Amino acid sequence: MSTLTYTRFELLRTLRNRQTFIFTVAFPVVMYFLLASPNKNNHNFGGDANTHTGLFAPQYYMVGLLSFGAMVAVLSGGARIAAERTIGWNRQLRLTPLSAIGYLRTKLVTSYVMALATIVLLYAAGIVMGVRLPLVNWLEMTGLIILALIPFAALGIGMGHLLNDDAAGGAIGGGVGLFAFLGGTWFPITGGGLFVSFCQSLPSYWLVQAGHVGLGASSPWGAKAWFVIAVWSVATISFATWAYRRDTKRV
Amino acid sequence: MTTNLASPPTTGIQLSGLTKTFRTPDGPVQAVRGVDFSIAPGETVALLGPNGAGKTTTIDMMLGLLPPDSGTVSVFGMTPEDAIKAGAVGGMLQTGGVIQYLTVRELITMVASLYPKPLGVDEVIALTGVGDLANRKTNKLSGGQTQRLRFAIALVSNPDLLVLDEPTVALDVEARREFWTTMRAFVSRGKTVVFATHYLEEADAYADRIILMANGRIVADGPATEIKAAVGTRTIRATLPQADLAAIAALPGVTNVDTRGAAVVINCSDSDAALRALLAAFPQAHDIEVTGAGLEEAFLQLTADADPEITKEIEAR
Repeated sequence: MSTLTYTRFELLRTLRNRQTFIFTVAFPVVMYFLLASPNKNNHNFGGDANTHTGLFAPQYYMVGLLSFGAMVAVLSGGARIAAERTIGWNRQLRLTPLSAIGYLRTKLVTSYVMALATIVLLYAAGIVMGVRLPLVNWLEMTGLIILALIPFAALGIGMGHLLNDDAAGGAIGGGVGLFAFLGGTWFPITGGGLFVSFCQSLPSYWLVQAGHVGLGASSPWGAKAWFVIAVWSVATISFATWAYRRDTKRV
Repeated sequence: MTTNLASPPTTGIQLSGLTKTFRTPDGPVQAVRGVDFSIAPGETVALLGPNGAGKTTTIDMMLGLLPPDSGTVSVFGMTPEDAIKAGAVGGMLQTGGVIQYLTVRELITMVASLYPKPLGVDEVIALTGVGDLANRKTNKLSGGQTQRLRFAIALVSNPDLLVLDEPTVALDVEARREFWTTMRAFVSRGKTVVFATHYLEEADAYADRIILMANGRIVADGPATEIKAAVGTRTIRATLPQADLAAIAALPGVTNVDTRGAAVVINCSDSDAALRALLAAFPQAHDIEVTGAGLEEAFLQLTADADPEITKEIEAR
């Protein structure tokens, strides 16, 4: 038996939820135009006459806001799990032959489809605002973003199994805000020092950097990026596994 | 998929030595204190008992939703988990909403897709009478309509074992009757059904057998008619000073008799016969009341001799 029909209906009901659509897709696109339009000729974003950042403002904001939208998309997957637990739907599902793996796979697919919708829309908006990149950069950027989203998807699933409906909403909203802020979604994080080192140890920083690969050497996605994403992925997947086991043992 | 039940199963359901204690802020609560029963395939069994009797805890353990502290559960010769994996179990739990942003038909289709041998979606929609709601979103349903949808979700799985935890709670009288008519049609396909209820009438009307629970134990288990006779007693209370208790106890339909001051309290198996005989023999009896025994009183009667500890606990409530 396949879970195709189940996944199809899960996607359908996520797309029909207007609030999810507004926050994960519409909000970043609208914010993008608001932030990028006044800066659409700025090719030295975050720099001044002496420092040359090489950042094109519309591209910077495109990456920042799609990171934000994609984070919201995958973390909201967790909020949907929490909501299903709160109304007792997960108990009903546990009476069906649907396996735990099948359930999580469907939740992940749904989250990632929403994230990709945000990403593609912001790419389109970016192109409208003058962002031009070779095809290989678009693809590389997309691949790295998908990887860098893993810790957030796992974190969402973990919180979805740990927290109730109300708390999950708050935790996820606050989490997105903090991770986005410290990851450089709203303003560039540059220079050195303790604060920057701290920011560079967060997966959201590399999520944003993943979108900067098209800019060449100024923001490489090197060994450090792989290391941070790998550590966060292992930690958050362990957390999600623990939260899932704890939850299903008790319910 | 490990097992596929092509033909109706030959072994039924066995619960042996089940216990479950919950930790609460007020100390441990022994919800289930040693429950044993077997259900044959094709049987319709009611778990009857007042709130807090341990019915839901027993059902949750039978479905593998809750691990027992001790004891074992076997569903058609399998663990509950394996029986569920095989698609042999359908259930309507006591608590549980339905997910939003789908229509009634879409939700039933979605659940059906998870089972190996579901009933047709249209068939279930017709059976459960949700046809006029089929294209309505699930968040636009009333309590009774949601309950019917939940029943449809349980039925569409076409299970060999259907478990219903207080299925008619949100239904009005008419919907309740329709519900049980549908159930009967389903049972006639050779299905095993276990349902929990605290309505004696419902258990009597729709179950072959009643398992009576109180305070985490089984206090009676037998054919519905037998249990009904045992718990369906009435009490006559009349003012009758200096009554001859032995003479009253000998009247037809009287089980036993007691005094409370100037009043006599007569427990009856047939209160009509007892009352006629009482008035004929003792015309001076006055202020007569006839009351049906509630379930809790019935439990007291059934358990008074067997287990003084339970009696004490029920009285303390």
